[in-house]
Amino acid sequence: MTNLAATSAGAISARGPKPRTLTASRIGVYAFLIIAALFFLLPLWVMVVTSLKTLPEIRQGHLFNWPELLTFEPWLKAWDTACTGRDCNGLKPGFWNSVKITALSVPVSIVVAMINGYALSFWKYRGSEFLFGVLIFGAFVPYQVVIYPLIIGLSKVGLFATLPGIVIVHTIFGMPILTLLYRNFFASLPIELFKAGRVDWAGFWGIFFRIMLPMSVPITIVAVILQTTGIWNDFLFGTVFAGRENMPMTVQLNNIVTTTTGVREYNVNMAATILTAAVPLVVYFISGKWFVRGIAAGAVKG
Amino acid sequence: MTQVAQGGEGAAAGFASAATRRKPRLRKRLNVQSVLGTTPMIATAVGVFIICIIFSIIWSFTNSKLFPNFNFIGWAQYQRLWSTDRWIISVQNVAVFGVLSIVGGMVFGYLLAVFMDQRIKQEDLFRSIFLYPFAMSLVVTGLVWQWMFDPNLGIQSAVRQMGWTSFEFAPLVKQETALYGVVLGGLWNGVGVTMAIMLAGLRGVDSEIWKAAKVDGIPTWKTYLFVVLPMMRGAIATAFILQCTGVVRVFDIVIAMTQGGPGVSTQMPAIYVIQHITDRVNVGQGMAAATMMLLPVMVLIGLQYLVRWNANRRAGRA
Repeated sequence: MTNLAATSAGAISARGPKPRTLTASRIGVYAFLIIAALFFLLPLWVMVVTSLKTLPEIRQGHLFNWPELLTFEPWLKAWDTACTGRDCNGLKPGFWNSVKITALSVPVSIVVAMINGYALSFWKYRGSEFLFGVLIFGAFVPYQVVIYPLIIGLSKVGLFATLPGIVIVHTIFGMPILTLLYRNFFASLPIELFKAGRVDWAGFWGIFFRIMLPMSVPITIVAVILQTTGIWNDFLFGTVFAGRENMPMTVQLNNIVTTTTGVREYNVNMAATILTAAVPLVVYFISGKWFVRGIAAGAVKG
Repeated sequence: MTQVAQGGEGAAAGFASAATRRKPRLRKRLNVQSVLGTTPMIATAVGVFIICIIFSIIWSFTNSKLFPNFNFIGWAQYQRLWSTDRWIISVQNVAVFGVLSIVGGMVFGYLLAVFMDQRIKQEDLFRSIFLYPFAMSLVVTGLVWQWMFDPNLGIQSAVRQMGWTSFEFAPLVKQETALYGVVLGGLWNGVGVTMAIMLAGLRGVDSEIWKAAKVDGIPTWKTYLFVVLPMMRGAIATAFILQCTGVVRVFDIVIAMTQGGPGVSTQMPAIYVIQHITDRVNVGQGMAAATMMLLPVMVLIGLQYLVRWNANRRAGRA
């Protein structure tokens, strides 16, 4: 076998130069990918090194250098004492607000969407497809078109600028994509599963809790990842609907960094930025391929 | 990798099946529990995505200031809107931003996908690197790039200190270039997603096509450009729609990076609306702008229907 391979390789001399061009192109491929990777990694590197430098060192302007004098002071300050306007409590109130908002909005929005998807797959009623169509349309509507009437509506019922208010808003705007996700998932299940449930005389909720809920664990992992990062990273709804009391971390971060009074502390700003990005980044690196699945499935969300 | 491919297909299938009416698998029977269970959906679909939009449109014809009223003034808000430089510049900005980031995202995303498709080592590592910015919020993205673009301490000064003293790279401080800076930040955040969708599309192409191209002696790059690319319509449509919705909504990154400045050089329609319903207390004007923002979306949806209708007709003929 080896003999044959050797002779055939030797016999066709035209194949000779091919490996060399191949390796050249391989080098080209890796060169391109590595340069691209550097472009993507550069901001992260700059963020980290800036946050670990002292202000005088930053003012020397060596943006890319590793700090000569390592300091963790900016991190403590960003977390504990950085100022937004008159308040100097750092990012921690924002962090806990974001935790509260995310911890409530993620389960609520997912449970709602799960029931929607289940009903749309197995318990259609007159008009249910129309409602779904409207919901999908909603996935593409610019938020600005609905924000103001929503503000008026929520303040009429006393929920504007409250924690339940922002949870409702996240549930509303997460609904199109999550419902689509669950509808497609349930529609892909064998119908026999549902029919078996019907034979046992289980109704809407019986089949849902006994059969469908346990089946939907994998898709729910995708939904949790999608919603956790999406809600944590939200800025617009946090600015408009959360109110001062529940201001999420992204809004507070922006306020800290764009506060123009006093000396601009670039190292504190960058530490605050990393802290805000930390939660979704951890979710991303832990979830790995699930995250990719989530964004591909959630491509409509934008 | 299979998972990515599945996800990609799932997304494409999602688009395809989103509005096409599937054959009913079960007879529609009225089930009270089903209606009750989907109350939140009914409330959202009707209450938010229909009624709220109708109210936005209604208020765009009124002279509402801080609070909404129903004093109708015809098209006056729209006339004022289209004679306001700030708005016209916003529309121009979003158009430039949109074209640049979509074209840039598609080209760069497809290039990355093609290079990723070369049976490289460490594919997972590269994918993680290209995708991680998307996990971070656009506010974070905006703030990081604002820092990198800092004229005195950012990339510009770092390169100058390395010896290239005439180096200029601080787009955000100049009116003419600020928008390009925002585009770059946006690309950094979102290109990885386009790459992932395109890569899933590439992997979905029948391997027979590759064999056939090889037999015909078509060079690899030509196969990628003229044979495979046209076959990835689903992936391209998904990536395109994803980017379009992002462009129409662009808000966070601009607020974090430039706050619309310098001057009005990075002003966007989304910011115009928010400013008019908050600081500028002119709800009627804000709603007129919001209604205008709805237009391109409607056109896009109409276009999608047309494409699907065309595809259905073709399928019917075959």
